[in-house]
Order: sequence, then structure tokens, then C-alpha cells
Amino acid sequence: MMVKMMENNFTRKLYQVPYLLWIVLFVIAPIGLVLYYSFLDIEGHFSFENYGKFFTPVYLKMTLSSFWYAFLITAISLVIAYPTALLLTKTKHKQLWLLLIIVPSWINLLLKAYAFLGIFGTYGIANSFLQVIGIGRQQLLFTDFSFVFVSVYIFIPFMILPIFNSLSELNPTLIDAAHDLGASKWTVFRRVIFPLTINGVKSGTQVTFIPALSLFMLTRLIAGNRVITLGTAIEQQFLVTQDWGMGSTIAVFLIVIMVLIMLVTNTRERGV
Amino acid sequence: MNKILRFFLIIVVSSGILLYAISSLNTSQGYSGGNTLTVYNWGDYIDEDLIAQFEKETGIKVIYETFDSNEAMMTKIQQGGTNYDVAVPSEYTIEKMIQANLLIPLDHSKLPNLKNIDQRFMDLSFDPKNKYSVPYFWGTVGIVYNRKLLPDKEITSWNDLWNPDLKNQILLIDGAREVMGMGLNSLGYSLNDTNKKHLAEAKEKLDLLTPNVKAIVGDEIKMLMANEEASIGLVWSGDASEIMSENEDLDYVVPKEGSNLWFDNMVIPKTAKNVEGAHQFINFMLNAKVAAKNTDYVGYSTPNKQALKYLDEEVVNDERFYPSPELTKKLEVYENLGKRNLSLYNELFLQFKMHPK
Repeated sequence: MMVKMMENNFTRKLYQVPYLLWIVLFVIAPIGLVLYYSFLDIEGHFSFENYGKFFTPVYLKMTLSSFWYAFLITAISLVIAYPTALLLTKTKHKQLWLLLIIVPSWINLLLKAYAFLGIFGTYGIANSFLQVIGIGRQQLLFTDFSFVFVSVYIFIPFMILPIFNSLSELNPTLIDAAHDLGASKWTVFRRVIFPLTINGVKSGTQVTFIPALSLFMLTRLIAGNRVITLGTAIEQQFLVTQDWGMGSTIAVFLIVIMVLIMLVTNTRERGV
Repeated sequence: MNKILRFFLIIVVSSGILLYAISSLNTSQGYSGGNTLTVYNWGDYIDEDLIAQFEKETGIKVIYETFDSNEAMMTKIQQGGTNYDVAVPSEYTIEKMIQANLLIPLDHSKLPNLKNIDQRFMDLSFDPKNKYSVPYFWGTVGIVYNRKLLPDKEITSWNDLWNPDLKNQILLIDGAREVMGMGLNSLGYSLNDTNKKHLAEAKEKLDLLTPNVKAIVGDEIKMLMANEEASIGLVWSGDASEIMSENEDLDYVVPKEGSNLWFDNMVIPKTAKNVEGAHQFINFMLNAKVAAKNTDYVGYSTPNKQALKYLDEEVVNDERFYPSPELTKKLEVYENLGKRNLSLYNELFLQFKMHPK
């Protein structure tokens, strides 16, 4: 008996090894390195210079605009995704429709961005359509509109999925009960459906807002560098300036912001 | 356990067989030991017939590999495990590679054809006395513009871009040195200027250009200009000649205030196994007739003075790609400004990008 328990203990510890290794090598060590580099100035000496630099108007403005665009992208995604998810749970071939929404997210992001370069171009499909309906050619590419549009397009599947999941876990008898007690459709949605699926909304918001905060390829390809986010700045600092210290400092702030968002949106699930 | 052991054994044995197969295949094709030369060049940057000619003349088998960015090339050489005998980095990377001790000094006595190179392109700041590198191709930074979309505009200078008629018409390449250089040149300053006041002036001047700038993009600029997405682009002459062959309405000009002069040079990395063969190859590429044939194929500007005789007069007299001596005097090579100054350039460029329209 004793031997068996010890063995059990031993195997349990053995099973933890891959997990711990993973956490140490790919989570703790990189964050530690980022933190370490953030205290090095461009010549590699220890200093707080980078942190001082972050609190200048340039970087604060950049942080604000990153937040603004991430907020827009998340809000629009949510407004489109929630009704879509609701509709999906009511369709006959749920899995098929869901698959159709997920499939585009298997295609590489860059490929999709390049496709939009063609679609939104001056002589692209979108503009041909605008001309046919009499509006005439507009500049679509390299505008705020195209940037937000393409980002929403890319993030929408990630918003729909968690909402769809929590909607399908919702016990339909609760809705029936609400109806039986005389609640209107809107009241049922507001008082029953939405509160019970709030966790789906929260995780959808997380997986959209956090990556949207650090988008970088799209800012160049679709927005023509007219939108500068913290992600763009990090890319620049590492690849072009090769100022790893400043790049890391921006990354540290991004990590802190992300943790804060996680804390705000991740209120523990209470038992139902 | 037995199963796993057997599985491993099978993998080891089959790897051994494959290794043997590769080495015997290589020997049968002549890829063995001292008789090969590995050349590491940009994609589509040599006339492949010349490789065959070199192999025939010297009996050396050439293995040709390509890269698409200086940074990727340098990283691969730095990490080791490769045996490139000849590489073709751009001038600012050569400077970095010399500092990182990645290059072998050239033996000029083995490069008699070096005399063919135009003296203007020798002994430049990035490699004094050409100790480590010899020019392969060169070019400029300039303005590519669409004659069809701008029928009655003559563009000859950087300052022409500030014309209010060109609202939303300009695409810029996403490079701090190129864009800041344009600002500095338009004010009459050197594009290697490190005077903080001059740089601030240049940035302010660039801010005024913002209404005319449609976007700041990367390599897509070639596609966007060819598709007439904009009528003016700030590009390297190499890219310009490429897109001009795709769209005939496009023209290129080196602005009269001066601009950047860039080089791609041949070097021998520390990883070289066949240093003798590398010298032979470089000397072969410096041969006037060979350089002329290569220039015909690649379409960039050759630094080989003797090769000009074998090229079409139309090409040689094209001032867009072989600027007049007076203009050439105003062209400058990017100097290594040091990390601090480079960081300042990038910071100002970032602020310019963020300047509201």
C-alpha cells in the first residue's frame, strides 16, 4: 500500500515536469528577459532612461490611440458577434454554420491582409461596386475605416466562438420559465440570456481586445502606417533601431496593461 | 519499451542510409570538398548563364543560394553552420559585418580585374581601401512617378513633392534613413547630418508633407505603384527599374538636391571554405564582358567602367540610372551614425508617422 502511494506520488510529480518546464522556459524566462532588457539603455548600460522616455507625449499618445482602436475593434466585433451567435444557436445545422465562420481563421493573416490590399485598392472590387451604385471611387485603403474593418473581420470568429459556447450551454427551460412568468422577449434577453452568457462575452472580449492592442502588420499593410500602435513601435525598436531596451520597455507596459484587463474581465465564475 | 527502442533504431538506421545517399549523390555531381564554391546572393540578382560559364572556365562547381534581407543573411553567417564562400551584402551591413569580424580581407593581387571599377565607387567610408569588399551593383534613392496621372507636372526635386496639388498622392518607403534623408536633403543638409537642430527642422518640414502622403509602406510599394494606387513614390532605383518594366507610364528621377547612393558589394565571409575559389569568382564577375552581360540581365547600375562599353548606349546614357557627374557629386553613402543617432532618426520618423493628417 505504502509503496503504491509513493509510486503514485512519484508519477504525479513526473507528469508535472513537462508543464513546469514549459512554464519556466516559455513563460517565466521570456518575461524575465523582457524585464531585464527594459532596464538597459541603447548602449547596454543599466538605466531608467527607457521608462522616462515612455512617459513622453509621443508614447502616451501612442498608448491612447492603441487603446482607442482596440476598443473600437472589440466593440464592433461584439455588436456583430452576439446576434450572430444567437442566430447560430437557433439554426438547424449549427455545426456547419459554425464551421463556415471558423474556416477563414485558418487562413494566414498576412494572406488575408494582402487580399484586402486588392479588394480595397483604387481599382479594386469594392471601388468598382461603389462606382456601379453611383457613389464613385473613394479612398478605402490606408484609412481608419479599412483598418478597423479588416481587424474586425479577422477577430470576429474569436468573438463568436465563446459566446456561441455559453449560449448553447444555457438551459432552455430557464427561458421558457421566464416567458411563462410573463416576461417580454426583450426582458428575457436583458434579464436572463445576457447575464447568463456574460462569461462568453468576457472571454470573447479578452481574446479580441488583447491581441488588437498589439496589432502590427495590419497597421502597415492596411493602414499604411497612418495608425501607430504599441505593437508597431515594438517591431520598429527591435528590427529597425535595434534598441532592444526601449522595445522591451514598451512590451513591459503592454504586459501590465494586459494583466490588468485580464483581472477586470476575469471575475471568478460563481456556481449556478 | 522494446517498441520505442526498435523505433529509435529504425530512425537512426534510416538517417544513416539517407546521409550516405546524399554524400554519394554529391560526389557524383562533383559537389565534393575543395571543388565547390557556395555563393550567397539576393534572389534573381545574377545571370545564371554566367554561373555555367564560370564553372566551365574554372572547373569549380557553384552552389547558389539566395536571401531576401541583409539582416537574415548576416544572422545566418553569424550563427555559423554555413559555408558561404561569397556573399553580397549592402554597404551598411558590410560595415556591421566588419565590426563583428565576419569578413576575410581580400587579396587584391588575386583580383586583377579590380582596375575595371570606376574610381568613384572605390575607397568609400563603409570600407576604406576596399579591404573587404568590391562593388557589385549600385543605385540611388529617388522618386518614381506616373506620367499618365501627372500629365503636366515635371518632377525634378524633393521640394516638388510639397506641392499642394499632390494631396494624398505620395507613397513613402518605410525606412527612417530614406524618409529623414529626404527631409534633410530638401533643406540642403547632408543625409548623414547629426545636428539635432537640423534633424528637428527636417522633421518639421516632413510634417508639412503629411497631407500629400497617402501611406508609408514596405515592399508592397512596388505592387501599389505598378497598380497606379498613387502617382508618386519614394523608392530605391533598383525597385524603380523593376516597376518601370511592369508599368510603362512610370518614370524615375534622382532629385537635384542630392540623395543617397547605395551599394551591394561582394565579400568573403569568415565561414568560407574555398577562399581561393571565392577570389576567382569575384575576379570573374569583375571582368568587363561578364559584368556587362550581368547588368543586361539584372537591370541595375554597374560600377564597372569598362563594362559600360559593352552595354547599349541607351542604357549608359540614361541619366536616371547613370546620373551625370555633377549630380553624382551630390549623392552620399549612408554613414554609420552610431546607435544613439540612429535611434534619434527612428524616433523622429515615428513622430512623423504619428503626425495627424
